[in-house]
Amino acid sequence: MPQIQIPSPLRQYAGKQASVNVPAASVGEALKNLVAQHPDLKRHLYTDEGKLRAFVNVYVNDEDMRYLQKEATALNDGDTISIVPSIAGGC
Amino acid sequence: MATLSDVKPTEAKPEAVLSNDEILRYSRHLIMPEVGMEGQQKLKAAKVLCIGAGGLGSPLALYLGAAGVGTLGIVDFDVVDYTNLQRQIIHTTDDVGRKKLDSAADKLKAINPFLNLRTFDTKLTSANALELFREFDIIADGTDNFPTRYLVNDACVLTGKPNVYGSIFRFEGQASVFATEEGPCYRCLYPEPPPPGLVPSCAEGGVLGILPGLIGVIQATETIKLILGVGDSLAGRLLLVDALGMKFRELKLRKNPDCPACGKNRTITKLIDYEEFCGIRGQEEPAGNDVPAISVEDLKKKLDAKADIFVLDVREPHEYQICNLKGYLIPVGDLPKRVNELDSSREIIAHCRSGVRSAKAVNFLRRSGFKKVYNLTGGILAWADRIDTTMPKY
Ligand SMILES: [Zn+2]
Repeated sequence: MPQIQIPSPLRQYAGKQASVNVPAASVGEALKNLVAQHPDLKRHLYTDEGKLRAFVNVYVNDEDMRYLQKEATALNDGDTISIVPSIAGGC
Repeated sequence: MATLSDVKPTEAKPEAVLSNDEILRYSRHLIMPEVGMEGQQKLKAAKVLCIGAGGLGSPLALYLGAAGVGTLGIVDFDVVDYTNLQRQIIHTTDDVGRKKLDSAADKLKAINPFLNLRTFDTKLTSANALELFREFDIIADGTDNFPTRYLVNDACVLTGKPNVYGSIFRFEGQASVFATEEGPCYRCLYPEPPPPGLVPSCAEGGVLGILPGLIGVIQATETIKLILGVGDSLAGRLLLVDALGMKFRELKLRKNPDCPACGKNRTITKLIDYEEFCGIRGQEEPAGNDVPAISVEDLKKKLDAKADIFVLDVREPHEYQICNLKGYLIPVGDLPKRVNELDSSREIIAHCRSGVRSAKAVNFLRRSGFKKVYNLTGGILAWADRIDTTMPKY
């Protein structure tokens, strides 16, 4: 089952878990299943129009899904999806 | 690979020649072939600008200054306070109340009297960034907010200066090198900032004290590699650091051909209003002025008069342990599913640390039909300032 890595700012909306395993054949399906399991994550990942937010990047292994087939990118067993939101802290 | 070799002279300028005292000081560099005399002279000729003298800026400036970077600029307008000392290691307890620039300058001059230190006591803005950046070779971004992140990026792209990037949150950090000639910029990675309020700052979310050390030293390392023109730069890679799992991962970064800042058909040809871009114009004041509120003085009177009021604390349990008003604890995030624990017929006074989260709670409860619910203006901090000065502040 593909594993989704949850970054720390979003863990509070995912049952405080660092990673979640979801059954899915594509990235879009994986994210949909993730949000179904953890509804509080939805507004952090998607706009009201249902579009993935622009400050949330999604990687399949080490590749940005924007340069693969985006949400249609196929997943294999053992693939890791990383959600990487922008953080700005520095002080 | 991105290097600065194209802008660095191969022959040392007269001012980059090392004195005997400097040769002794930099001995451990000079005996490494990757640095050597030529590299040390490159360091001496280099001009690096650090944005911020806080968490990331502390290790950055200390290590760059010690390593022999010839000219170090620091931009900061802030004053040292007690909550900085847990991580901003360039400042000491005696510096509380001083300008961070003055405090940092003392330490840097003590470490390396050969350093040409240039301090800029100002906020970095669209009006001054380009002029400032043009006087330096490399910009190291140690800021703490989204508007300045985008401002630094765009100004780096416009002036052609590499942006050595680091950012931190709680136990995690990110580092990269943006805006090299070939490499992606910050906007290639994140075209748009998050809506205000969705991503907590370090002041709201906390940060492990060592984390800016880890990430700031990575930034210092990348800066020195760029100057020396050695090694593999982080340009084109995003390094993710997870201190809890102690995992370092890297992701591929690509230059986005449609990037508004560095793409072929770029639309950003001058600096813009970054606070407006980040949607925070007019929101710097804590939210909460628009919800029904009560002052700490009035709350005190009510409590002393044993009035029938219900104090609702919407902070997290670990904050309750630091100090509390003996209120009933429901963290603001749990309020929707625990709202049935509250009695809407009673007068409810909600508080948090400073009044921002409790304003959200008051808004939520009013929308849910509660009529007698008020926000404690200034939160428990105001209580500690004006009612019970023995209470700890955090
Ligand atoms: Zn770009």
